Amino acid sequence: MSLTTEDVTRIAWLARVEIDPDKTGDYARDLSGILGFIEQMNAVDTETVAPMAHPLDQAQRLRPDQVTEPDQRVVFQAQAPAVEAGLYLVPKVIE
Amino acid sequence: MHENTIAALADGLGAKEYSSQELTEAFLGRIQALDANLNAFITVTEEQALAAAREADARLAKGEATPLTGIPIAQKDIFCTKGVRSSCGSKMLDNFISPYDATVVERLRRAGAVMLGKLNMDEFAMGSSNETSYYGPVKNPWDTGTVPGGSSGGSAAAVSARLVPGATGTDTGGSIRQPASFCGITGLKPTYGRVSRWGMIAFASSLDQAGPMARTAEDCALMLQAMAGFDPKDSTCVDQPVPNYSATLNDSLEGLRIGLPKEFFGAGLDPDIGRLIHEAVDEYRKLGAAIREISLPNMHLSGPAYYVVAPAECSSNLARFDGVRYGYRCQAPRDLKDLYMRSRGEGFGAEVKRRILIGTYALSAGYYDAYYLKAQKIRRLISEDFKRAFDEVDVIMGPTSPSAAFRFGEKSADPIAMYLSDIYTIAVNLAGLPGLSIPVGFSGKLPVGMQIIGNYFAEARLLNVAHRYQQVTDWHRRAPLLAC
Repeated sequence: MSLTTEDVTRIAWLARVEIDPDKTGDYARDLSGILGFIEQMNAVDTETVAPMAHPLDQAQRLRPDQVTEPDQRVVFQAQAPAVEAGLYLVPKVIE
Repeated sequence: MHENTIAALADGLGAKEYSSQELTEAFLGRIQALDANLNAFITVTEEQALAAAREADARLAKGEATPLTGIPIAQKDIFCTKGVRSSCGSKMLDNFISPYDATVVERLRRAGAVMLGKLNMDEFAMGSSNETSYYGPVKNPWDTGTVPGGSSGGSAAAVSARLVPGATGTDTGGSIRQPASFCGITGLKPTYGRVSRWGMIAFASSLDQAGPMARTAEDCALMLQAMAGFDPKDSTCVDQPVPNYSATLNDSLEGLRIGLPKEFFGAGLDPDIGRLIHEAVDEYRKLGAAIREISLPNMHLSGPAYYVVAPAECSSNLARFDGVRYGYRCQAPRDLKDLYMRSRGEGFGAEVKRRILIGTYALSAGYYDAYYLKAQKIRRLISEDFKRAFDEVDVIMGPTSPSAAFRFGEKSADPIAMYLSDIYTIAVNLAGLPGLSIPVGFSGKLPVGMQIIGNYFAEARLLNVAHRYQQVTDWHRRAPLLAC
């Protein structure tokens, strides 16, 4: 699979990562190379193979439905780039 | 003091030859003298270290010590450390002071280990040379023109240069074993789920695993003892008793069945490395082991499957870095879209962006079956290859990496060439097995590591197998010139 610069721009939008417009050609080349490497998988027939999600095939563990975490909002928000009155600030979303 | 292993230092502390404070000051002095050249540390926590050393001395005096009490160590900067910058080697987290400790950090602290600081690494653990770190590359103490390996390159270089006797690492595709090999030290990646991932900044959650890096298998056993065990805060951590890893180090290797996969010795392997591995295997023959050739027929698919699974999980894990709750935020965002796009575009480096894009593409509508599902099926095939092999043999041996440490810039322009440096290690992560690398000789002036792979939860056996070799060889005692 070969990706175009337009593909890179579209994937970068899906991933919400800005790519320098001068670099989309480099990314298209590198990503196409990586996809070529990945596609060696296609040489094997895996029709009847069950996918492996966990190395030990463990099921998700359940815990009692109890509150275990204390409120640490103040501690956590000390790390935020912009907060006010206990709220995270972002640019205006609704006009 | 710096020439000593953890085990020897623990004896010295026990015999009151020196205090933990003296030990800590000595190692801090070495960091100050040597690290400007190596760049192994991102942050040195001198004050906290000295406070912890005084506490350790009090504990030693009361006779309440563990083998790690008072021993200086350092943490890979992927682990969250309360009140200390936890950067993961990224501009994105350059300003992140963690509000809590990772379970590994907490456990080592509880054992009394003294943290000297946080170690350099490839950005978000994505790299095999340490060249992707926002803080600049770490240099290999054996030849400062070559890379230390990655992603735990700071850990490997610091232990190799005797800046610390032991360090933590993490391994998603070889990130403990490959740098251990390049820097001439011992490094163990435990079974997936053996060590808690809580507070370890996630790269690929179904592959990531933390482990010890030290000079000897004996020291790795002491560190793993403190690190391993069930943690309810990590839902993938396995609830299994932790054996005494030191108790079985000296067990006999008489009758040990060693498998050499023919796929590990094919084209692409530096002949010098192949020769050294065979010499090491001969030592095992002398120790009573039986050697046989085995086959892992789907081995060649591990690279392709890994570069779907790891980027897919990375793109999902790194979605949390949004410029809103913590980490880097771009200047003067025009709107929310601009805030996300530019904070992430400016906060992540090129290799991290490449992997996020590959992962996003592989998981995007219409491609899931062709990539992620296919890779998970290949993963099953690879794991079944190992299962069959372990019916016939107790451990598998082979090279850790196809070459010794390479030069800066040699592979950084070609992602695939870089990925191939982990060609022998990634299958182990895909299967979730434990693997270890020990030094077995030199190619020119650069150390070479041998990988030993065991069955699930066979860490004690791996450490035993490595320890017996280290009793009859001295490769692990060799120190780079600049560390002497």
